Amino acid sequence: MTLAPETPPSVKEERRTVLPASLPRPVEPAGERRRSLTLTRATDTYALVGSAGGAIGLTALLFVWLLPFNGVVGFVLSAYVLFLALYALVVSFDEDGPTVRDRIAGVVVRSLGLVMVAALAYVVVFTLWEGRRALPHLNFFTQDMTLAGPLDPLSAGGILHAIVGTLEQITIALVLTVPAGLVCAVFLNEVPGRYARFVRTIVEAMTALPSIVAGLFIYATVILSLGTGKSGLAAALALSVMMLPIIIRASDVVIRLVPGTLREASYALGTSRWRTAWHVVLPTARSGLTTSVILGTARGVGETSPVLLTAGFTAEMEANPFEGAQVSLPLAAFEFVKSPEPAMIARGFGTAATLMALVLLLFVLARVIGGRAPGQLTRRQTHRRVLASRRDAERFAARAASPTAARAQTVPSDTSFRSSP
Amino acid sequence: MDSSRALYADPGLPDRIFRGVARGGGGLVLAVMLLVGGFLLYRAWPAIDRARWSFLTTEAWEPDAGNFGIAAVMVGTILIALVAIVVAVPLALCGALYISEYARPGIRATLISVVDLMAAVPSVVYGLWGLFFFEGAILPTARWIATYLGWFPPLGVVGVDPTDPLSTETVYTSSTFIAGIVVGFMVAPIICSVMREVFSQAPAGEREGAYALGATRWGMIRTVVLPFGKGGMIGGTMLGLGRALGETIAVYLIISPVFVIQWHVIQSGTSSVSSLIALRYGEASPFGMSALMAAGLALFVVTLIVNFAASSIAARSRSGAASDA
Repeated sequence: MTLAPETPPSVKEERRTVLPASLPRPVEPAGERRRSLTLTRATDTYALVGSAGGAIGLTALLFVWLLPFNGVVGFVLSAYVLFLALYALVVSFDEDGPTVRDRIAGVVVRSLGLVMVAALAYVVVFTLWEGRRALPHLNFFTQDMTLAGPLDPLSAGGILHAIVGTLEQITIALVLTVPAGLVCAVFLNEVPGRYARFVRTIVEAMTALPSIVAGLFIYATVILSLGTGKSGLAAALALSVMMLPIIIRASDVVIRLVPGTLREASYALGTSRWRTAWHVVLPTARSGLTTSVILGTARGVGETSPVLLTAGFTAEMEANPFEGAQVSLPLAAFEFVKSPEPAMIARGFGTAATLMALVLLLFVLARVIGGRAPGQLTRRQTHRRVLASRRDAERFAARAASPTAARAQTVPSDTSFRSSP
Repeated sequence: MDSSRALYADPGLPDRIFRGVARGGGGLVLAVMLLVGGFLLYRAWPAIDRARWSFLTTEAWEPDAGNFGIAAVMVGTILIALVAIVVAVPLALCGALYISEYARPGIRATLISVVDLMAAVPSVVYGLWGLFFFEGAILPTARWIATYLGWFPPLGVVGVDPTDPLSTETVYTSSTFIAGIVVGFMVAPIICSVMREVFSQAPAGEREGAYALGATRWGMIRTVVLPFGKGGMIGGTMLGLGRALGETIAVYLIISPVFVIQWHVIQSGTSSVSSLIALRYGEASPFGMSALMAAGLALFVVTLIVNFAASSIAARSRSGAASDA
């Protein structure tokens, strides 16, 4: 601890370290005062706690005697409004106008931000909590609903058919959308021009397509016009129509973030366009592209309405996505809770909780793989780069040491940048 | 003497193939998108052709009797989306300001992850929460609003005496109000993550300038962060509005469909285009299907207008680059 400037000279003469706390309180010179650098003062806390207590007490009084309000929401709302008024009043005793406004804004922003996060967390926790009755039964994950009627207890029947359906449908959708989406995103950025701008406008327009309309489109074309029945394939097609613009748009944004200097450096080395795209642009954007694909998958997995029109509903296991109705997790949750039976509603919440867990898994995966800016490497990638660079250095050294061998040696084959023919 | 010459770079065969494949991929996507739009229009045309302008003004939905229109469902859709936006925007704005300006750096990354995760929560989960928890919790408040603010026509409830303590509360269930709030919670994280992205890009120099001039934290936000993020705020709100307009499952689970224009947002019974499609697609005759297509097309047109308005507003502002979905 350093000696504060206002320490009296007598202390310095003792020539040893003395903690200021153990000293007698020095006389402060006129005009100087020790300052605390912390932003919160004790009076702020008193004002906050006092106003909160006052507001709660006053609301309780009003609720019991005066206000025509009832219910928890009403209590919280009136307590909140009263708290704001009391807090503004208390702060205005000591502070000027801008500070009062700052305090009120700070309290409102903090509390509404907290309300948002808390409400959203509650939605998730509520689903998991309501799913607690169905989830502990192991048969919930290993059986389908063929032998379980609405009145059967939770120890019979399960959602294996929905899990299989979801996995198959999302796999088909990904097989269709990822290549098409990535090629289109590369096209938008690497072959710019009027045509690319037009395609980008259309893709942006299609992100506005309501998911139910995507389902309706597949229902009218594939199921009604072509005459195939409802199937997992139709559901996957509907999901693809919905996911394709989302994946293109997200990938487009990520590829646009690749620094132009990298591209120019590659062109300056004489590289062709497609090698630049393949060896520079895509590897640089890899983590972001993975994230956008995974987040698109999370959107697709949870989407009910396109599947509702196209997949049909069945209680049986249907492993073949090409024919026969095939249910998926969100659709199963939706159909289960339409039943008035408590066991079915518990199954619906269990299904929704399983779906949440799947989305959470995808999300964590996206965070682990992605979330890095273009060009930023993981530790393992950095390690690999260092090793490769060391190998190069050794090779160069060997070459410099034996000039005769170097002349015989051909151009190393592991460099990516060769000049175009 | 130098003569001018035409510049021409020979890209080589591999590059031509690359361009061809890329153009082909773009063309394929374009074809799929145009096919969706074109096919919707083609299949919807018989219904639009038969109904003509009454398609926009008729409230009933009886396509096989020739008496159908989107007046009721479109008004319901827009009212639900408006309630959702009224609920979601203050929450999202304060959430975004809290994360970007007030939260300690230690918890900021966690909060960002939580909000982004919430944006990916399936809509059926919000629907279940709304149906089994929220509807019951909000009823006394809905009743209070109808009783004391009922003099304002949209907040009134027809056919019930609010002063009668024994009157049923079922008249307040399944309303635009409840569906709108649930959809509002659903779109709030989407709006919030767009706004937060924009706020965090507000230039540090301008922030420090505001502080140096003696501004409080709120003064700095009001004069630097909010004006800088205006485009992103509008863009994010429009994006949320587009999602709210198209939402199906959460709305379908909560409302009880009626096919008259329901201005009373507190009162039970409303309708939306997407829930109409989900409700009627199975039993529709070929002509009924065409009518549903027309309704879907109308919804698509509305969300399209909202989206393009959002992107044009966002593109004109300083912060426009960050308003991506």
